[in-house]
Amino acid sequence: MDTKLLEYTLRLGDNALILGQRLVEWCGHGPVLEQDIALSNIALDQLGQARMLLQYAAEQKGEGFTEDKLAFFRPEEEFKNALILELPNEDWGFTLARQFYFDTYNYFLYSELLKSSDENIKAIAQKAIKEISYHAQWSAEWIIRLGDGTEESHHRIQKSIDDLWEWTGELFTKDEIDLFAENDNIGPNLDVIKENWHEKVSQILEIATLKKPEAEWMQSGGKQGSHTEYLGFILAEMQSLPRMYPEANW
Amino acid sequence: MTKETSLEDRFQHYVDAENKIEPKDWMPEKYRKTLIRQISQHGHSEVVGMLPEANWLTRAPSLRRKVALLAKVQDEAGHGLYLYSAAETLGADRMDMVKDLLSGKAKYSSIFNYPTPSWADMGAIGWLVDGAAIANQVMLCRTSYGPYARAMVKICKEESFHQRQGYEIMISLANGTPTQRKMAQDALNRWWWPSLMMFGPTDDLSPNSAQSMKWKIKRKSNDELRQEFIDKTVPQAEYLGLSIPDKDLKWNEETKHYEHGEIEWTEFYDVIKGNGKCNKQRLIARNKAHDNGEWIREAANAYAKKQSERKKHQAA
Repeated sequence: MDTKLLEYTLRLGDNALILGQRLVEWCGHGPVLEQDIALSNIALDQLGQARMLLQYAAEQKGEGFTEDKLAFFRPEEEFKNALILELPNEDWGFTLARQFYFDTYNYFLYSELLKSSDENIKAIAQKAIKEISYHAQWSAEWIIRLGDGTEESHHRIQKSIDDLWEWTGELFTKDEIDLFAENDNIGPNLDVIKENWHEKVSQILEIATLKKPEAEWMQSGGKQGSHTEYLGFILAEMQSLPRMYPEANW
Repeated sequence: MTKETSLEDRFQHYVDAENKIEPKDWMPEKYRKTLIRQISQHGHSEVVGMLPEANWLTRAPSLRRKVALLAKVQDEAGHGLYLYSAAETLGADRMDMVKDLLSGKAKYSSIFNYPTPSWADMGAIGWLVDGAAIANQVMLCRTSYGPYARAMVKICKEESFHQRQGYEIMISLANGTPTQRKMAQDALNRWWWPSLMMFGPTDDLSPNSAQSMKWKIKRKSNDELRQEFIDKTVPQAEYLGLSIPDKDLKWNEETKHYEHGEIEWTEFYDVIKGNGKCNKQRLIARNKAHDNGEWIREAANAYAKKQSERKKHQAA
């Protein structure tokens, strides 16, 4: 078993899972039926991707592991998702701002994963890219709508864009796993993703009449397993039933 | 004969000949009103019906179940949209309908005022509640109002998938550990009677039914539909090895139907009156979503307006 490849797979899978888990909280509570459906669609895509990636991770871990064992029986520190994804949804604007930052990142990332030297990751990316392209377009459109909508929406979305900023840096900070992926052509050079991301984010924020945040301090740790206080609650809720009845099949 | 009655007679003949009424056709005002009320209530039921199941989305015990449940709840939002659109073809306004729901003026299916304390409720709702809804909706695929009938055809296809999803959960639980079997039985105990009540009061106490039957809005009576549901569901419970919580339930060899015990209608009317465990919470949740979403809807409208002005400006 290649532990670095496994680690890389888990990061991708946990990003999709934790974001999907956060997004399902909105189902039934969205601002209007059409958008409730749209966000549920994105949640469905994320959970679908999470399943494929965690199935692949389980395969790498070997006998006795399944997607569900990975989702429901790992403790916090073994989750490798980016911190931004475990933050609470707050209001619809905050959720959309997070989508915008993350979808844009995901779009550039998965565009590169289409060229992955790892056949499984490549195949997953081929399926996921169609979904992610749509997510990125949808969330960018909403940032423009809210930024250039009413005075209230402009201020509210600007605040979310600002508040989330410090959680974006981690997406582009390379550690040994990212370097391994880059060197083995499994994943991209994050410097390139970062450049593309900044360009796109600047462009959309400008159309949206919003200011791009300038703060330099960035939070980090999620992809190494060092989380915020929020993840524990996500897992407590998500994992409750399988952990209460570990012998059961559902 | 007045002109109005002759129009009404012609309308009745047209309906009797199994024609579909379309939005621009003449129709008696009471037909229109009955349909608006029925379709909007149906739409509200889909939307409020998202809540008891959404309650388990974050806690579904496997990823596969989580995805299936989410897809299902999302479908219900879609059904709400089809139905509101169908009501709009009769001249109703979606915002007005939503406001009536939020203020408590409009009704929705009482079944969604029952709580979902257990994962097994996701199975029981899919199996029983969707099963009962399907019996009603299959009939409505042949309802006399065209847009409603067509919306139902679409909805029925998805509902039968929902029912399978629910029954599949029940199969896993019924074949699982003793605790899981207990969960399944407990959910059946709680959902059985409310599901039977979904068909509405008995025929002798259902005053509006006769006119709806005559107009072919309804094509089967409440009791007929309830009987169909029971006949179909009892063998499914037997297959699961679960017992229907009705000591008087028995097969009648002569009629080839199951006979069931007395339904506790006082409970039905209590929940309709607003005394169910979740009546208040459901409306609070819908109101909260609506109120919290106001700035989003306003922003989207303001942006759309700006865009169309910009386009006009460019064109000028």
